[in-house]
Amino acid sequence: MSSLDRSDVARLAALARIDMTDEDLDRLSGQLSAIVDAVAKVAEVAGSDVPATSHPIPMSNVHRADEVLPSLPQERALSGAPEAEDGRFRVPQILGEEA
Amino acid sequence: MTAVEPSTDWTRKTAAEMAAALNAGEVTSVELTQAHLDRIAAVDGPVHAFLHLDPEGALETARKVDEDRAAGVELPVLAGVPVAVKDVLVTEGLPTTAGSRILEGWVPPYDSTVSAKLKASRMPILGKTNMDEFAMGSSTEHSGYGPTHNPWDLERIPGGSGGGSAAALAAFEAPLAIGSDTGGSIRQPASVTGTVGVKPTYGGVSRYGAIALASSLDQLGPCGRTVLDTAMLHEVMGGHDPKDATSLDEPVPACVEAAMQGATKDLTGVRVGVIKELSGEGYQPGVEQRFEESLERLKAMGAEIVEVSCPSFEYALAAYYLILPSEASSNLAKFDSVRFGMRVEKDTVEKTMLATRAEGFGDEVKRRIILGTYALSAGYYDAYYGSAQKVRTLIQRDFAAAFEKADVLVSPTTPTTPFKLGERIDDPLAMYLNDVATIPANLAGIPGMSLPSGVAPEDGLPAGFQILAPAHEDARLYRVGAALEASLTEEWGGALTAQAPTLPINTAEVAK
Repeated sequence: MSSLDRSDVARLAALARIDMTDEDLDRLSGQLSAIVDAVAKVAEVAGSDVPATSHPIPMSNVHRADEVLPSLPQERALSGAPEAEDGRFRVPQILGEEA
Repeated sequence: MTAVEPSTDWTRKTAAEMAAALNAGEVTSVELTQAHLDRIAAVDGPVHAFLHLDPEGALETARKVDEDRAAGVELPVLAGVPVAVKDVLVTEGLPTTAGSRILEGWVPPYDSTVSAKLKASRMPILGKTNMDEFAMGSSTEHSGYGPTHNPWDLERIPGGSGGGSAAALAAFEAPLAIGSDTGGSIRQPASVTGTVGVKPTYGGVSRYGAIALASSLDQLGPCGRTVLDTAMLHEVMGGHDPKDATSLDEPVPACVEAAMQGATKDLTGVRVGVIKELSGEGYQPGVEQRFEESLERLKAMGAEIVEVSCPSFEYALAAYYLILPSEASSNLAKFDSVRFGMRVEKDTVEKTMLATRAEGFGDEVKRRIILGTYALSAGYYDAYYGSAQKVRTLIQRDFAAAFEKADVLVSPTTPTTPFKLGERIDDPLAMYLNDVATIPANLAGIPGMSLPSGVAPEDGLPAGFQILAPAHEDARLYRVGAALEASLTEEWGGALTAQAPTLPINTAEVAK
């Protein structure tokens, strides 16, 4: 498996919606590359005959009783929002000029 | 207020003693709460265990408990005993940040189930404790608000991510605290501060309202200075919650009863398995020495010591550092500048999101989000995340085989005593090694405890003893832990934390 280079980190940061300066990329890509090399060893032991475990204590079809319970009032749901208007979350424009 | 030395320093008592004294009318909850608030004012400057204090709220709870007690109202067992809450738990009306700048100043509009249980148990909440940002770390140096310092030596780490909760206990700022453990964040801080911490069975404590790091690994748990205190808090926190789909629908384990049984120091017939792979290279000699001595004590109390092998543990750390970042990268997508937390305003919502997450997240969070994004991306998923999930199966099989031969498994909690702040901050891989002995329990969902085994002879700093039990058998931790504690404290003449050096007192704050 290949390790991560600077352009990979830049692409991944964009996918994860984190702006990165050149300085950030220099600092993080070396560290990330070392981490990826260290964790790649999982593939050594994981044969095709081994089933995957996603949750430690398996459970299925977990339901609660079908009862109407109180939910957060709108005002309180909006209380932590950076900006709200007319009972809704307000955000900057979705599409840029070029769109 | 003149500094009249009180006849009893209540902050030095155990939570069990405080509860008994409240019942007997020897002290009021207001006095207890005030004593802890005074202690915090006197020593927390250089320790920095707390991110936020709530003196008014804590004293108000205390006052009402005192009134009800005076009126003869029946109260829960820990009513009036103060508690500190890790900042990972949302608390209605109190700022909650999970140690991140991206949530600075956020006041949640609801309570987590555990916060609600503490309130229902009438426990005054002193404040919110410091932690590595979103619980990513083993030293609290990744907190967005500056590190916590170890009360044993202020130049050293208090462990992490729950370093604030552990330091608050070791500094006698609180008798009890809440922690969360994704890979060792309760047990490793307990180990390096000479305190006790338990990660319950996965699903044993509701995670509703706990800010998620890695959902298949996270578990909330109790922290204390003694095994019995920790058991009492465990019983308050635990139990089924329909609001958490992973919550176990079964009774809370009888932790207190098990701790009391253990304190009689009879371990006849208990099989203790020593995990061969969790020793040797990388383990500090003094940590191993205290571990060996503890084994001798267990043997003297009637336990049978056997060696077990868990060969797949070699891959646990690697699997963990794929599973955790993968789940974290998804969980942390919610910090998008829209519904709560920081917003760095730009002309479009996407640019706003990019700028907000760049400014709001620290380096360790960025590293792990990128690693997780990579591990989940097309073309790499099977090799990384898929393989890591298979390793998880192998580790569960190792545990299953080991628990055929032993009732509990043991190891040092973490390979070393606390290291100096700054020593490993620029070397993520060295930092990750702190959790090598604690991570397997999270991957398998089983319960684990750390309690002090003594101070390492070479540096006089605390070493921890880890006990692991099969899923749902949390009570076994308390039985074996209480027995070891009883044997050790008999020799020490009290809890290990009593041996910690005296902290500098801020007299200006005390005089207020």
